[in-house]
Amino acid sequence: MSTYHKSMALTGEPPKSLSINQKIATLLGLSGLGILLLAAFNVNFPDKTLWLTLSLSAISIGIIWFSWDAYSNKLPGIKNDGVWFKSISSRGLWGWIAGLALTGFYIVLYFYPQYLGLVNDGDNKGVIGLFDPLSKLLSGNPASQWFVYGTLYTVAILAFGIKFLWKYRHNRYERLRTFSVMIFQTAFAFIIPEVMARLNGHKILDGGSLPYYDLKSIWPLNYYNFEGYRIKGFLSSGDIGFALLIFAILSIFVITPILTYKYGKRWYCSWVCGCGGLAETAGDSFRQLSDKSTKAWKIERWVVHSVVVFVTLMTTAVIYSYLGTDTSKYWLTKSSFLIGVAVLLSLVFGWAMIFKRDQLQKDAQYGAIGYFVIIIALIGFHFLSGEGQVFLLKSETLRKSYSFLIGSIFSGVIGTGFYPIFGSRVWCRFGCPMAAILGFQQKLFSRFRITTNGGQCISCGNCSTYCEMGIDVRAYAQKGENIVRSSCVGCGICSAVCPRGVLKLENGPLEGRIDSNQVLLGNDVDLMTLVNKK
Amino acid sequence: MEHIVIIGNGIAGVTAARHIRKLSDKKITIVSAESKYFFSRTALMYVYMGHMKFEHTQPYENNFWKKNRIELVEGYVSRVNTDEKVLQIDGGPNLNYDKLIIATGSKPNKFGWPGQDLNGVQGLYSKQDLELLEKNAPNNKVCKRAVIVGGGLIGIELAEMLRTRDIPVTFLVRETSFWNGVLPNGESQMINEHIREHHIDLRLGSSLKEINPDENGKVKSVTIAETGEEIKCDFVGLTAGVTPNIDFLKGSGIELGRGVKVNRMLETNIADVYAIGDCAEQQEPIGNRRAIEAVWYTGRMMGETLAQTICGNPTEYRPGHWFNSAKFLDIEYQTYGWVFSERRKKETEVHFHWRHPKEKICITIAFDRDSKTFLGINTFGIRMRHEIFDRWLNEKRDIDFVMEHLIDANFDPEFYKRFEPEIVSKYNTDFGKSITLKKKNLKRIFQIA
Repeated sequence: MSTYHKSMALTGEPPKSLSINQKIATLLGLSGLGILLLAAFNVNFPDKTLWLTLSLSAISIGIIWFSWDAYSNKLPGIKNDGVWFKSISSRGLWGWIAGLALTGFYIVLYFYPQYLGLVNDGDNKGVIGLFDPLSKLLSGNPASQWFVYGTLYTVAILAFGIKFLWKYRHNRYERLRTFSVMIFQTAFAFIIPEVMARLNGHKILDGGSLPYYDLKSIWPLNYYNFEGYRIKGFLSSGDIGFALLIFAILSIFVITPILTYKYGKRWYCSWVCGCGGLAETAGDSFRQLSDKSTKAWKIERWVVHSVVVFVTLMTTAVIYSYLGTDTSKYWLTKSSFLIGVAVLLSLVFGWAMIFKRDQLQKDAQYGAIGYFVIIIALIGFHFLSGEGQVFLLKSETLRKSYSFLIGSIFSGVIGTGFYPIFGSRVWCRFGCPMAAILGFQQKLFSRFRITTNGGQCISCGNCSTYCEMGIDVRAYAQKGENIVRSSCVGCGICSAVCPRGVLKLENGPLEGRIDSNQVLLGNDVDLMTLVNKK
Repeated sequence: MEHIVIIGNGIAGVTAARHIRKLSDKKITIVSAESKYFFSRTALMYVYMGHMKFEHTQPYENNFWKKNRIELVEGYVSRVNTDEKVLQIDGGPNLNYDKLIIATGSKPNKFGWPGQDLNGVQGLYSKQDLELLEKNAPNNKVCKRAVIVGGGLIGIELAEMLRTRDIPVTFLVRETSFWNGVLPNGESQMINEHIREHHIDLRLGSSLKEINPDENGKVKSVTIAETGEEIKCDFVGLTAGVTPNIDFLKGSGIELGRGVKVNRMLETNIADVYAIGDCAEQQEPIGNRRAIEAVWYTGRMMGETLAQTICGNPTEYRPGHWFNSAKFLDIEYQTYGWVFSERRKKETEVHFHWRHPKEKICITIAFDRDSKTFLGINTFGIRMRHEIFDRWLNEKRDIDFVMEHLIDANFDPEFYKRFEPEIVSKYNTDFGKSITLKKKNLKRIFQIA
């Protein structure tokens, strides 16, 4: 097995070799990126609209052409031939080059946008300048680095989405899910907010200005949604603004829990979310790189839940800092807000400890620690806060460190930049507080599970290998146990790659949801009864 | 402390070890010449195809064995001395046991074909076979054509593997249609078509006469018995079934037939020596089962059962309803209960067959002509729920009941096209019935009151 040499060449032998078509398609795609790179180095393109169109078309057509050639002449089925032989998808040299390039891009994007040509007053230059015409067409404003990023992000989801649709053309679950993320990204994350910006100052908003709002981006993924300037924006924009604010709150407390109860967190993570959308499309070639060890699982639980504690405290502090103290002016004051947060958390914590104790096991201690950290911090807010600061810190400092550490470094630089090294869902697994909260509910209070089909598992390991969230699916399947894991995003790939039809994502009754067996179905009925004691 | 020694670290031996550990504190040692850690044999193909690395086929992390106090010995057991209860191990010290479990699995059949031991000729069973395959057929330059002899599950897997590296494959199948000793005609025909769709040169009714060497003692070509045709090739895969891997037991006093002879307690003729998995041969076949069952699931079930006996709860091996599964290239196959091929079925076994007009999807349901009792189902391209069919077989449901509730048994991913209405309508036409399909019911499926 070690005799199959990895080669850094783009050619090589089947199944990793590239056809002539695939080589030309790769070249075309890279030439599209080349135009952007030239623009970034301030090569002046006279007709920006033309060159931007050329660039984005070359990228998209390159990806689509490559996929067409890769999949169209093959029969429908699983297409993982040579995944571990190809340098790009097995942490080979190309994987590392791609990882470094992406990481570099994110660092420039987040911290040095001036190198991309961002000019605060006046016309943009460089690659951001190249996007000005498109931005003006949509929102009427010049482009920013975020517009450039948003456009490329959408192009990636659409083009790689088409690749994914061909790759899984035999699987309707995968196809529908992919259509869904493509639509949500294009409409909700990209076009609608850009076009909504045209309404700013309009009388329909009472002359107010809405903040840029991707409707599907829910707190705490959208950690800045309740910052002071955004609340002012919402409240100054008439009924529409107010409705959006109400929607933002309902999303957290009503819509999300109901949908997660009915379908598991997959309704969000692999059908709606933009981060998930990118991971499932552009990141699909890297899903097998996630770490399946129990050690990684342990780290995951500590890290992701710490982020939840962090974002809760940060958001509470930020809101606390702009609330008043006078009940006659506004019903929500600093104190009533803190009490509200404490009561809500206590209710959730109490419910889990009392009714779901048997399902929590060791996780309970993590939960208890997190809960007490927050509650003590809240008390600290109350007694130790002064003007403009909470808990001896400026709320602004908390906000800035969250935004830097989690919002930029974790979700962007590491989360996406390291796709080719750690797999496509590093952010979703280790960092996303939204995924953690949905996961908490998925584990304790949801109809969703992955059912294991009796005794049919042959322990082959395809499911675990291709789980982007690093879940050792096989460990459950070979025990005849259903998979109920908080991190599962319900992408359905474990079920797709299973050669024996063992796994099915489904929503069913809470009773008997896990259904673990010592002796598997197919053996002596009496022995099963004796050993499984059911 | 009693010392249990298990020869073989496949699914049977490892399952026995795990269950003995759950039930007791006995000392457990597993001896294997093949690999240090347990891996899934059925997954070896995916390593060659590049879907997985070898370590992905290992179901337990490496520290699992130490944590569970299961000792692993690497070495080949060359002799078993049952009088002194000692194993002689090549490349290692002797090992004493109190109880011995033989779980050595199978080896590929070789039927004495001329040239069967030439360079470039091999079977596909072990990790070493896979390593040899990487040498014999790394790409389509070293291996310009491969010939596979024997149309069973391993043969079609080997063909699939070689095709991922664009190696031209000629597939010799002795029978007139692929695997038709097991599959009914309609299904077997569909698989023939699918094999050809994958550009595999399928030769039905063709058996191997001889394998011809070149001047270096390497395979040069094969000759087909029926036609005398010579096919040039660089590789020959022998996949005409497997046979128990028990040569090392000759002269040990343990009773051997084709496999290690065991009774229903999985005991051999010698006290404290047991055999499980592929290498065990039942003195009397159980029900419709064969005396030797070289199947993953039966290996596991024997391991589960024997662990009980060894830990003080003497338990007969009494497997439940037959089930199995496989994948033929892109087509998944599942079976529950008994559906026999035309060659093997009894007169009273009636088949209902439905095949999708375009796609490679079909099912066959067997029932008793007189009592109408449901006997079993084969499905291709449709996944079915094991629990449901196991329950219906326990309850001895009749065919009409099964057709009526067919939708409850479907296990395809969500949003997949459903074919139950077409299936039931064909059943009604074929047998002059007027069954109406019931709607899917979660309460029935999950048995909630």
